[in-house]
Formats: sequence, structure tokens, C-alpha cells
Amino acid sequence: MRPFAYERAATAEEALARCDEETRYLGGGTNLVDLMRLGVERPARLVDVTRLPHDRIEERSSGALRIGAAVRNSDLTAHPAVRRHHPMLVQAVLSGASGQIRNQATVGGNLLQRTRCSYFQDITKPCNKREPGTGCPAIDGEHHNLAILGHSESCVATHPSDMAVALAALDATVLTRGRGGERAIPLADFYRLPGSHPERDTTLEPGELVTAVEVPPLAMPSRYRKVRERASFAFALVSIAAAADVRDGVVRDCRIALGGVAHRPWRARRAEDHLRGRPLTRENLAGAADQELAAAHPLRDNAYKLRLARNLIVRTLLELGERA
Amino acid sequence: MDGVDTSITLTVNGREHRLRIDVRSSLLDVLREDLGLTGSKKGCDQGQCGACTVLLDGRRANACLALAVAQDGAEVTTVEGLADGDALSPLQRAFIERDAFQCGYCTPGQLCSATGMLEEAARGWPSAVTGDLTADPDLDETEIRERMSGNLCRCGAYEGIVAAVKEARA
Ligand SMILES: Cc1cc2nc3c(=O)[nH]c(=O)nc-3n(C[C@H](O)[C@H](O)[C@H](O)COP(=O)(O)OP(=O)(O)OC[C@H]3O[C@@H](n4cnc5c(N)ncnc54)[C@H](O)[C@@H]3O)c2cc1C
Ligand code: SF4
Ligand code: FES
Ligand code: FES
Repeated sequence: MRPFAYERAATAEEALARCDEETRYLGGGTNLVDLMRLGVERPARLVDVTRLPHDRIEERSSGALRIGAAVRNSDLTAHPAVRRHHPMLVQAVLSGASGQIRNQATVGGNLLQRTRCSYFQDITKPCNKREPGTGCPAIDGEHHNLAILGHSESCVATHPSDMAVALAALDATVLTRGRGGERAIPLADFYRLPGSHPERDTTLEPGELVTAVEVPPLAMPSRYRKVRERASFAFALVSIAAAADVRDGVVRDCRIALGGVAHRPWRARRAEDHLRGRPLTRENLAGAADQELAAAHPLRDNAYKLRLARNLIVRTLLELGERA
Repeated sequence: MDGVDTSITLTVNGREHRLRIDVRSSLLDVLREDLGLTGSKKGCDQGQCGACTVLLDGRRANACLALAVAQDGAEVTTVEGLADGDALSPLQRAFIERDAFQCGYCTPGQLCSATGMLEEAARGWPSAVTGDLTADPDLDETEIRERMSGNLCRCGAYEGIVAAVKEARA
């Protein structure tokens, strides 16, 4: 590992002032330290942002929750208001990693964790995300767990965060602070599709610091479901964050976001539009799923994800309807 | 190497240590190499096995992913600090009574993880298999397995581990 300077920042201004091109912010380190050991990340300086005053969850008068970027994943899932109002967010975070890692990981770090594509993590291999212009060996290689939607000729990686999928369904906003001041970035604009610049996961500017995530209230039952290769402690093959307001058997409103299928959490707006105002039936749900997945381009070895995503949409929404 | 050394203070199992370390060291390497506390094990060095689990400021954590320099001032409990002198903790006794290990390599991590997990459950924290997120969880076998999923056992001593944790729960 390349030697680095380590500094603890006490304020956001201090963190920004210390940050240059060769600096990385350090949250819990559960992704960054791993990538530094693999040689994927080689920062000359780490600025520790876990002591910034961003470690609280506040309930706003609007009913929104403001979750500080330094809040540990486990504290997010233990918080009474989050548990009461946002089951899918709690379930999403709890479905990720392990009890130990969730105690260490921060909300900011969880949002900005890098893809688990095996070529990205192996510095002996080419990878457009790690080294732009070197190519994407995953397209013809090992890609059974990579994207079916929104990918490009440069990159077919998926975003690994479960939490981000729930935040996409919740219409959350990422609050940041950069050299140009403060920004509020809707989650839908925060993560990028790879296009011809897969080296950029998000629309953050270099050195821009995530300070909090704001989650507006949601008055619908919700849940998160994750399919993976073992029962616990594994990344998603496909996951879903869903909420539905079903009255007299009719879908008044709904939210659907998919994980494990694209370079960013995939908000299934076509499926949502198809369902609103329609009776909650298996046929309508399958129709909604098909509308959404019509845009999919599975790779040689991951067409199974189409079926998984479809079944997840149908089953999860039916379950939410039964509870109404 | 020049310019990469730094000083930190750690309180480990109740004793304060002032240490000069390479800034790149993990907490696990400092515990094992600098302090000679070889109970915590290095299985994967990637957060995937749990063999390095310690209690960091009272919470279970993977010492392999924690940069030591970022833990300056922290209190750490390793497996060596779980017993009170010669008196084993109830969890340690239950591991022996229930044959919760074969080779023993994963055991220090299992013990620290279960100690932290029981504390989390006592505080009412939910898990991914908790049905009602607003109620206090009932620590049954399904809950124990889910909450302990960050600790792998190559020998497959899971039956004994679950039984021991069940016996030790408050
Ligand atoms: C074995 C294992 C299994 C896992 N399984 C899952 C899983 O199933 N699901 C899942 O979702 N995740 C999983 N994870 C990933 C885990 O959730 C992330 O590693 C963790 O959330 C990262 O948080 P951190 O605070 O440790 O981030 P760090 O590692 O500290 O940082 C990650 C990135 O975020 C940047 N960063 C951190 N904070 C800020 C900030 N405030 N502003 C700007 N940039 C910032 C860092 O510079 C770095 O680039 C797993 C990890 C491991 C090791
Ligand atoms: S899919 Fe993306 S991350 Fe994976 S090898 Fe291709 S360019 Fe790299
Ligand atoms: S050695 Fe730390 S989790 Fe495996
Ligand atoms: S007892 Fe051998 S690895 Fe668990």
C-alpha cells in the first residue's frame, strides 16, 4: 500500500480545505481500505470525516428525516423514527454486509462504495472504470452478476449498495458541500449511467463532500427484498425496494426501485406508471414488470436477472397489497 | 519507511498503550504484531470472514478493515479480554459446553461477535429477519443465525455456535 498522510477533520470547511486530487475522504474504511490494499485506490492523503458533526438523524417539521453522512449504518437501522416510517430503508441496510461492517460503515461511505465487478478490483486486468480507455473485459468475460439495464459499451458494472436502492424509491436527496458551496442533489441525479465515462459513478464534483441525506415522508407500506447466492452476507443478484398504497384492490400510488441490475439504483418509473389506477392483480403486475424490462439488454450470462426482477416485482407488490 | 510512522494511543483490554505504528497498519496488525495479542485472527483481511472481530468502543467490528491510525484514542476488547481473570464469561463457558468449535480458528471472532451481538439485541436493534421492526426482537435461532452471518466457520460448527449463543443470551 502506498504511504499516505492521515488527517482528522473537525468541520466540513476543514475537510474541504485539506482535499486535493490525491485525497480521499475516509468513512468507516470498509470499502476504501480494502481497495487501497488491492492497489485500486492509491491516495496520498486520507481525510477522516467520521468526526464531522454529521452524525445525527434529525426529524424535520415537514416530516422529512435528515440523516447525517457520518451516521453509522447500524445506528440508522436502530433509529426509532426510521424503523417506524421507512421499513424498506431499514430492511435494505440490514440486508447488506454484516453486523460488524454495519457498525463501522457510514451513510456517506455506503452511498459512495465502488462496484464489486471483479475486474475493477484486479489491477492486473484492464477496466474502463479503474483506468479509462483500457477496455471492459467483463462484456465478454465474467458478467453473470452485472447489469441488464442502462449499460454501455464501456462498462456493464452494477452499483452494489442496498441502501441506495431504498433511497431511490424514497425520492431522497443527497446534501453536499463543495468548493462552489452547498448543493441538494435528488438521488435520481446523483448516480450516473456509465455512458462513455464509467470512471464517474456519481455527479459529485472532485472533492465534494456528502454531508447528509434527506428522506421525505412516505405514507405507504414498504419493504425491501433481496435475492442473493446465499441466505445472508452476500451482495444482491437482484433486489427491490417497493411501496404501495392499495385501496379497494386498486393501486393508488406506488414506488419501485431495483438493485443489482444497473450502474445505479434503477427506479422503475414505467412500471409505476403502468400500475397507478389499476387493480393490483398478478396480470397487471407482470404487465408493469414487462413494460419496465422491455428496455433491458441482458448479457450472455445474466438473462436470468430478467425473470428474477419480474418475479420480485410481482411478489413484493402482491405482498404489500395483502397487508393493505 | 521514512515519514510513514505515527503515534497513537489505544486502550486494549483495560490497559493503555502508546504506540508508534506505520500509518498503513490495520488495527488487526497492531493487535497481533505490536501488542502480541494473537487471539484475533487474520482469515481473509477483507471483511469477509469475521475471524478478526473485536469490540471497538464497545461495538463489534472487523479489525482488518479498521485503519489503526483512525482508532487513536479508542477502547478495544479482544478475545483475551472477555474473561474476568480466570473466570470465563457465560458465553465462553457455553462455547465449551456446547462444543461450539473444532479447530478453533474462528472462535475468537465468534466470541467477540456474539458478545457484541447480544448487546445489540438487548438494546432492541432489529435484524434483516425481524418481522416487526418497531418491536423488541425475540432472539430465536433464525435471528441468531442472521445476526452471526458475518462470522464464517470452515469447520461448520454452526449448530454448536447457535446453541451456545442461545444459552448465553440474557
Ligand atoms: C465483506 C463485505 C460485504 C458487503 N456486503 C454488502 C452488501 O451486501 N450490501 C451493501 O450495500 N454493501 C455491502 N458491503 C459494502 C459496505 O456497505 C460498504 O463498504 C460501506 O457501506 C462503506 O462505508 P464506509 O463508511 O466504510 O466507507 P469508506 O470505505 O470509508 O468509503 C467509501 C468511499 O466513500 C467515500 N466517502 C466516504 N464518506 C464520504 C463523504 N462524507 N463524502 C464524500 N465521499 C465520502 C470515500 O472516499 C470512499 O471513496 C460489503 C462490504 C464488505 C467488506
Ligand atoms: S464492467 Fe465496468 S467495472 Fe467491470 S471491467 Fe468493465 S469497465 Fe471495469
Ligand atoms: S480477517 Fe477480518 S473479516 Fe476476515
Ligand atoms: S472451528 Fe474451525 S473454523 Fe470454526
